[in-house]
Amino acid sequence: MNAPQRGLAGRLVVVVPYLWLAAFFLLPFLIVVRISLSQAALAQPPYEPLLDWAAGWEGVQAFLSALSFDNFTALAEDTLYLDSYLKSLQIAGLSTALLLLVGYPIAYAMARAPRRWQPVLLMLIILPFWTSLLIRVYALMNILQHDGLLNQLLVALGFEPRVWLATDTAVYLGIVYSYLPFMVLPLYATLERLDQSLLEAAADLGAPPWNAFWTVTLPLSRPGIAAGALLCFIPIVGEFIIPDLLGASDTLMIGRTLWTEFFANRDWPLASAVAVLLLLILVVPIAIYQHVQARALEREG
Amino acid sequence: MRKGLSAFNVTALVLGLAFLYLPIAILVIYSFNASRLVTVWAGWSTQWYAELWNDAALLDAAWTTLRIGLLSATAATVLGTLAAVVLVRVPRFRGRFLFTGLVYAPLVMPEVITGLSLLLWFVALAIDRGFWTITIAHTTVTLCFVAVVVQARLRTFDVSLEEAAMDLGCPPLRTFLTVTLPVIWPAIAAGWVLAFTLSVDDLVIASFTTGPGATTLPIRIYSDVRLGVKPEINAICTIMVALVALGVIAISLLTRRAGRDEAPAR
Repeated sequence: MNAPQRGLAGRLVVVVPYLWLAAFFLLPFLIVVRISLSQAALAQPPYEPLLDWAAGWEGVQAFLSALSFDNFTALAEDTLYLDSYLKSLQIAGLSTALLLLVGYPIAYAMARAPRRWQPVLLMLIILPFWTSLLIRVYALMNILQHDGLLNQLLVALGFEPRVWLATDTAVYLGIVYSYLPFMVLPLYATLERLDQSLLEAAADLGAPPWNAFWTVTLPLSRPGIAAGALLCFIPIVGEFIIPDLLGASDTLMIGRTLWTEFFANRDWPLASAVAVLLLLILVVPIAIYQHVQARALEREG
Repeated sequence: MRKGLSAFNVTALVLGLAFLYLPIAILVIYSFNASRLVTVWAGWSTQWYAELWNDAALLDAAWTTLRIGLLSATAATVLGTLAAVVLVRVPRFRGRFLFTGLVYAPLVMPEVITGLSLLLWFVALAIDRGFWTITIAHTTVTLCFVAVVVQARLRTFDVSLEEAAMDLGCPPLRTFLTVTLPVIWPAIAAGWVLAFTLSVDDLVIASFTTGPGATTLPIRIYSDVRLGVKPEINAICTIMVALVALGVIAISLLTRRAGRDEAPAR
């Protein structure tokens, strides 16, 4: 389609998805920012001030002067929120590292597998990604509950049963289990395209396989590592279902704190402030991710 | 990449796949357990599936989920395909940078933020929340996934075919329908199935954008799961897993056959 500039139909191709995303993705964000500067009120909608269009310019001025950063000061003063942010970053960072450790050998083995197996292996990795996160977390709960299969196995082997559910261990296990396809797929995509003559050259020059891996394969797979790590890290920071169902009641990840603030405490302005801050934290990794994606597209280009 | 699997590679693959599939397999097996105690095996039975049929609220939730999935996936496929065409075939227009950002951002955006912002937006516009607000929310998020899938296919598509058609006087829209679409439709179909499963699976965004009377299956499952593991939930989860697996397998066969059909023409 070289000619969208030419006619009305061509113009619509750009305008329709653009307008939809602006109306249901961009503008909703602006309203979150605006409500994060408001105060909770016992009204419908439950926040104030409201912009009074009928009052004209004075209404706009009154509205603007009533906005405040009170919610953000409240976030800074209450250690609950700071702890949630730090805990989320810590869990996301550590589990991304774990995902790399678990995912890299799998992706590497997939790339080395015979060519006719690769579509099947790829499908086996993709299939869980299509299965509901809720269902997969529930499947883990089945195994981890107190008289579940894991403890039955431990007892059969002569160990003491342990408490698994409602621990940080369960949260890490749940995250690695749920996000593994997100890590393996970009790694596999990079490793699969790796120029094998480079490894042959390294071997011809006498590099032992392990050395060739460290000096050739690993550095060349950096784009895949970056894409996989960011694709996991960013959504994990805001994860709700996993800490809610597998974590202890004091596993305060920020997505869960936002949920509670919204549904239990019904403090919409404070929940919005939590969301704005979460987004500010994620802006840097999201920007890096977009950059990595753009570079990958150029390479394929 | 050098081919050939070492013992270490095989171990990594076997352990990795076992880790991914064992919990689901156990869930499926235990959904056929005769005992109400979810941890004690008491022989095979399909009673929990029979019980699903008597749960009117659950069937209602399933029907709502299905309708939202069909509607939002179809809308997302149309919008997402348009977005993909824009990304790949329209190199320059005002606001292209913002547009690219808007297509990729929802893919990594934490669901709690997307859900919260859409809800606040619907409230600010005084739109009654329920079936339609969930449908709009799902369309918005899943259209980006469709765009990514379709644009990947469009990038490998030979532009000279389109150019030849247009040089011969075929208008752009007709070129797209008669030249481009027949080649990229497996990617579009795959995008539709992906959008449908994402919609059917979604809990967080649906919880924010729902209103009275619109309970989806994941919302219902979540409220049950919080109270613990129950055999009926195992059964409904098994049905959902089976449906998704069938969809994915159908799509991969479809894509592969389309790939074979296309191959001799090259």
